Amino acid sequence: MTALRIYMAQRISAMIMVPLVFMHLGMIIYAVQGGLSAEEILGRTRGSIFWACFYGLFVTAVSVHGAAGIRVIVTEMVSLRKGTADLLTYGIFLLLFVMGARAVVAVTMP
Amino acid sequence: MVGANNKPEETDQPEVMIEVSVWRGDAEAGGFRTYHVPSRQSQTVLDIVTYIQRNLDPELTYRFACRVGMCGSCGMTVNGKPRWTCRTHASQVISNGKLTIEPLRNMTKVKDLAVDMTPFFDKWVEAKGAFVPTKTRHDEIEAIKPDSKERRAADAAVECINCGVCYSACDVVAWKPDYLGPAAINRSWTLVNDPRDGAQAERLKVLASDAGCSNCHSHQSCATYCPNLLNPTRSIAGVKRRVMVAALKGEV
Ligand code: SF4
Ligand code: SF4
Ligand code: FES
Repeated sequence: MTALRIYMAQRISAMIMVPLVFMHLGMIIYAVQGGLSAEEILGRTRGSIFWACFYGLFVTAVSVHGAAGIRVIVTEMVSLRKGTADLLTYGIFLLLFVMGARAVVAVTMP
Repeated sequence: MVGANNKPEETDQPEVMIEVSVWRGDAEAGGFRTYHVPSRQSQTVLDIVTYIQRNLDPELTYRFACRVGMCGSCGMTVNGKPRWTCRTHASQVISNGKLTIEPLRNMTKVKDLAVDMTPFFDKWVEAKGAFVPTKTRHDEIEAIKPDSKERRAADAAVECINCGVCYSACDVVAWKPDYLGPAAINRSWTLVNDPRDGAQAERLKVLASDAGCSNCHSHQSCATYCPNLLNPTRSIAGVKRRVMVAALKGEV
């Protein structure tokens, strides 16, 4: 992976995340203010293709963004060979993605 | 104070002394040595270093040429910050009567306050910081409008004196010694905006490389310390935009 590709992946994932973060925050405020219970929330998200796509995209963008960011920090602090840095990047992406995907499945699978 | 006959004025005031710690050594080893230098009106940090070399320690090595902020050779780290010493007034930087003077960071020390600036200048060449002409003497001179967007962008970045202060201030250079650094990319940016230049594609390729603009974190140390008040961060941001567009078009 070239430095430029990583840079672009990080910027583009950030652009995707900006509106999603605001919608997510809005959702939290709405749920808390409206006094929704956990069952009521799950009742709305389970089986919803919209929420599965929304949080699926969110988790993917977070995984790309986090993996790129950690790679940059680590390669600035210690000198890694390119192959090692690439492995680290894919590893962090996978870890974040699997953890996030589990949560999305739990909340949106019918 | 110097009187009319060029001798120090007789005053009842005891002379105020500055405690100056100067880094002495070379690439292998070194440490601080302390000198006491009389305080003078309108004294610059370079005046202090020169006083030490002429009166206290003739072996002290340092570099300067113009003494008026033109040549960019007098950069040193003063009380922890990179500065041009010929135009830094001692009174602005002395804290508690003390001054610490070290060589610039991010460059190999040669001796005492002089560093090897070769890699710094090599990166200017690597970043294609030289103009590549496209016309001959027989062609018409190409008119560049002073108020065009490109000309204004180049103007804002062009008054660089190659002092290396920004390069010394940049943490990314410290972490990634291959990074081209703020001065070289700032220089390239002036040429990216030069419609007469014939090396645009090659230049963008270098700027897009692993040593190029994407390393910059935009944390603006370079802009904070540039003595000529240039803003390399802004130039690098411009380069990033150009490089991103070129990458999306598959040109780099
Ligand atoms: S803005 Fe970029 S070039 Fe300037 S000091 Fe920071 S990382 Fe270095
Ligand atoms: S950009 Fe400023 S700090 Fe950097 S080399 Fe040029 S004049 Fe010096
Ligand atoms: S001696 Fe020339 S810039 Fe300071």
